[in-house]
Formats: sequence, C-alpha cells, structure tokens
Amino acid sequence: MNDVRDALHVAKASDGSTIRRPLSPHIGIYRWPVTMAASILNRITGVALSVGTLLLVWWLVAAASGPDAFALVQEFLHSPLGLLLLVGWTAALFYHLFAGLRHLAWDMGLGFAKPGLNPISWAVFGAAGVATLLVWGVAYARLGG
Amino acid sequence: MTHGAKIMRSQLGRARGLGSAKTGTEHWWVERVTAAALVPLSLWFVFSVLAMLGADQPVVAAWVARPINAALLLALVLMSFRHAALGLQVVLEDYVHGAVRTDSILGVKAAALLLGRIATLAVIKLFLAAH
Repeated sequence: MNDVRDALHVAKASDGSTIRRPLSPHIGIYRWPVTMAASILNRITGVALSVGTLLLVWWLVAAASGPDAFALVQEFLHSPLGLLLLVGWTAALFYHLFAGLRHLAWDMGLGFAKPGLNPISWAVFGAAGVATLLVWGVAYARLGG
Repeated sequence: MTHGAKIMRSQLGRARGLGSAKTGTEHWWVERVTAAALVPLSLWFVFSVLAMLGADQPVVAAWVARPINAALLLALVLMSFRHAALGLQVVLEDYVHGAVRTDSILGVKAAALLLGRIATLAVIKLFLAAH
C-alpha cells in the first residue's frame, strides 16, 4: 500500500470477494462523452504547447545570433519533421485557445447549462480545425502554391 | 471536539496550519489573466509569422527591431512562460505523487524562468542591434 487512501478503495464485490474499487472517473468503463475528450485535450495541448515554446525560443535565439544560425532553424522548420511539429503546434494552439475561451466563459458563469455543453465542445473542435486549415492554406499558397 | 484523540492545538491553529497554502487564488487568477492576454498575443504572432513566411534573418531582425513588435514579443514570451508554468504545475500536482512532485514542479518553474529570460534577451538583443 503506497498511500493511506488505498484503504478506502477496498470493497466487496457482489459475490463476496474482496476487490479494489476503481478510481473515479472510471475512464476505462465510461463511454467517452465529447465533454470529457474536450477537457483532457485542453490539458494535453497545454502540455504540448509548453514543450513547443522550445521552438519559439530557438527561433528567437537563432534570429539574434545571426544569418547562419537562423538559416539552420529555417532548414529544420521546412523539413518534414519541422513541418509536422509546426502543424501540430498550430493545431494545439488553436484548440487550446478556443477551449480556453470556453473556460473563460465558464469563469464568468456563462455556458454551464447542460444542453449547450456538447455542441460547444464540438464547436471548439471545429473552430480549431478550421483555423488550423486556414493558416496552413495561406502558408501553402504563399510558399508552395 | 468530541472525538477520542486529544488535540493540543486550538481550532484556529489547526485551521491555519491546514488547508490552502494561501496562493491558490493568485494561481487561479494569474492563469486566467495570462490566458486572456495570450488570446490576442498568440493570434498576432501567428499572423506575423504567416506574413514573414520563409523570410531570412535580416527580414526577421528588421521586424523585431520595430518597437511595437519587440514590445508585443516580450509580452508574448512573458505571458506564455508564466501561463505554461502555472498550467504544468497543476498537471504535475494531479499526476505526480510523492517526493518527486515538488522536485518536478521546481524543475518546471526553473525551466520556464530560464527559457523566458533567454527568449527575452534574444528579443532585446535584436531590438538594440538596430537602434
């Protein structure tokens, strides 16, 4: 027993055998509602964006170091891996931004009504997808097209 | 207190000693303030980078040299790392247990502080180089 709280999770199953009660929110048992996916994805994209700040720091430091260092960043960012990271960073940014706006609305007491929660969660996914496509559409038109 | 265990501390002493570390509200509030600031700042940054797509170093350097861009970049860096450190702290508090928890949170704070300062110095260097 690693934690005294484990003692609270011991229970009896219907056949009388001793079992360890699962911890809420029973992720492996519940059907995933869109609100649950929207919530955890906000956290995942937040962590991803935190790691992504390394790209921003590298980009700024390289620009401050001179043309050679900056050319190296540009070369990396235009490589398949670099582009994949940039597309991922853009998608994560827009998702976290729109999900964050939803959180700020909640903090003001708006949008708590149960019927609106699922559509708004889908809207966050949709807005993030559309914004990411728009940005990369423009990027493609300017660079590749 | 009607429970069996004898407690030698006053109710007030126990209340003061337990519970919040007195920074919860500030943590919550600063996370929201930085989030609100990052909405326009990150959109501005994405549009700016789109406008400079594929540009080489002199173009980017000239862009940072404009006071408005340098100021907004400094704000973006400050708000991003503050927001990231606060958010990552909550994630670590939720998922990391035991002695590693404090170490990992301090590690995140140190990394955010240093990376933020490094990025800030880069912006200041680019700005001053042109003035």
